[in-house]
Amino acid sequence: MRTGLPFLLSTMALSMIQLAVAQDRSLTLPKTVEAGSAFSIQCTGSGKAVLYIVGLGQALKRDVELGGTTFFPAGSLYNSGHYLAVLERSSSAETGSFDVVPATKPAELSFLAKPSRVPVGLHDGITGAVYVFDVYRNLIAVPTLVSFELSSPSGTAQKRTLTTREGSAWTVMDSTAQQGVDRFVARVDEISSARIIGQVPGDPCELKMSARQSGQKLLLATDLVRDCNGNAVPDGTIVTFTEAYTGGQSTVDVPLKHGIGEVQMAVHNGATISVASGIVLGNQIRWEK
Amino acid sequence: MSNGRLLAVLLAAATLALVVVGTVWPVPSAAAYAGANNLMGSSSTAEAAVGNLGDEISAQAWGKAYASFANKAQFTESEFVHDLTGYYPSLLTYSTLDKFEVRPLHASANEAEIELKLHWATVVGRSVSKRDLHLIRNGDRWEPEWPIAKEPIVPPQVIAVNYLRWDVIYPGSGDDWGAQNVEAPHVRIVDMHPVERATGVVILGELLNEDVVPAYVSVTATLLSKNQSPIGTEGSFDKISHLLLPKQVTPFLIEFPNVSLSDVGSIRMTPISTLIAASADPVIEVENEHLNPAPGASLTGRLINQSGQIVNVAHVLGTFYNQAGNVVWIADEYIDTALLPQNPVPFEIHIPEDLARSVSSQRTVIATYNSGGSQ
Repeated sequence: MRTGLPFLLSTMALSMIQLAVAQDRSLTLPKTVEAGSAFSIQCTGSGKAVLYIVGLGQALKRDVELGGTTFFPAGSLYNSGHYLAVLERSSSAETGSFDVVPATKPAELSFLAKPSRVPVGLHDGITGAVYVFDVYRNLIAVPTLVSFELSSPSGTAQKRTLTTREGSAWTVMDSTAQQGVDRFVARVDEISSARIIGQVPGDPCELKMSARQSGQKLLLATDLVRDCNGNAVPDGTIVTFTEAYTGGQSTVDVPLKHGIGEVQMAVHNGATISVASGIVLGNQIRWEK
Repeated sequence: MSNGRLLAVLLAAATLALVVVGTVWPVPSAAAYAGANNLMGSSSTAEAAVGNLGDEISAQAWGKAYASFANKAQFTESEFVHDLTGYYPSLLTYSTLDKFEVRPLHASANEAEIELKLHWATVVGRSVSKRDLHLIRNGDRWEPEWPIAKEPIVPPQVIAVNYLRWDVIYPGSGDDWGAQNVEAPHVRIVDMHPVERATGVVILGELLNEDVVPAYVSVTATLLSKNQSPIGTEGSFDKISHLLLPKQVTPFLIEFPNVSLSDVGSIRMTPISTLIAASADPVIEVENEHLNPAPGASLTGRLINQSGQIVNVAHVLGTFYNQAGNVVWIADEYIDTALLPQNPVPFEIHIPEDLARSVSSQRTVIATYNSGGSQ
């Protein structure tokens, strides 16, 4: 109750000032200005004044002759947003506002493509999101057509055309069955941005090994390790050989070399030898002399 | 003012008195560090002789220790030092003897057998080694015979190594926003369950690198109470193999001391993986693994370095499963000697007695380090 009266009085005073400014308006501002384009501001009256334009990350100051037009060359205002114009005369000041909007012509795309590596044959495994910017890196919010194209190693391509919403558009694509490098391109008019997606083999499939004796050692080797789509599993992938025998067990983690896992282990008559890679089990061999 | 002077005089007098006492009647171990000539007690008994040897090893008085041996003609002082600290850089190279134990095994009038148990303080914790010493009486003194383990000889040879190596190029600081980064490796927890132990809650599990690139991994866990408020967060620290090659599986163990499982409502697991430059070399074979039943339950075996490079430190992680294939315990041991190519080195991982009965199978993972960094 005690704060109510001062609040009411200050609100009334502010309203009266705004009313007085509005009644004495001499500043003619454009409603919108395209980022980077030339524009002008008219000031009626006579005498000299100073015009300030303040916005997001930008401020301009001009000495103006009242009753004339002040021209701003192209590139004067380039950050999109809401701007405040203040005309300061010797005895009073007038304010107004206008918007700087992004240029309509796209100049740059920010393209986020995920993941950079994806297993083969994954439905909706690849996502792409694009943000459209003008030459001054203002996000173009007006609907814009964007085309996405994912070219797979086999030569086939998946295409989508979408319209941006609030400056962005996104899509999902499938990885194909063949390992290799995908080229993922987003395009708006003649502007494009490309990303590389690696399609990598999946888990080993039908892991199979064979054994033969070489002197006092047992030479164990897998067949060429492939995934379920027939892609060779990359070198360096770990294959675990386990030899279980009466009274003990021996284990070796071996990286694939030229697509094959190979190791020498001690010969134990009656031993059971198994092979695995990650969570995939391969065949078992019972070694009898 | 006079009180202050009196205190200063008293302190100076007390310091002088203590210096005199310490000089005239030194503590044997302090004398050993100071390099006194006859610093240890006499070797009039076999136990005392081994005790002296322990003190000398502790003080790194290698010359005095070597001089006390009855069989020093069989090896040089340098070989003795390398026998204790390693012929190649290893855990023992950067360790000190924390304490030792002397245990008589057998004694007669002129000969004795005594076990010397050495507790080394290493960068990864305590490492214990045992030596059974034979002592012979020489007049009124007992002299130990050091059971020297000479440097293993690797035949000169060329071992062709052409395993993969992965290097990583990260985006530069000047790259635009939205430019593509290199994806972190995809890892997955394939098994996890908490157990209650006397010390608190322990989380056991296994982590798989399901990607095609190597990963540096760790796991953190957060215990949540029944009303979902956090009880605590802990990490796997060194109870994990941090480097996982593609399709490799590591066990992990996370301890929450002084927490009861009955207070835990849920557990939030966070596996962490980052790309790391790595080599697929070396390959370590785990040979003759054997589960030894209680009492003294353990997993024993031998490590054989199948590659050409020397492994300075090997970390053995054992995962123990019950008959249903569930993880019941994870234990580890650091090997304190370097692994030379094709040279078997034994290991022994202890299993808690109360869990030993439920263990029916195991899997062993080896993490290796060389003096140039992790591999």
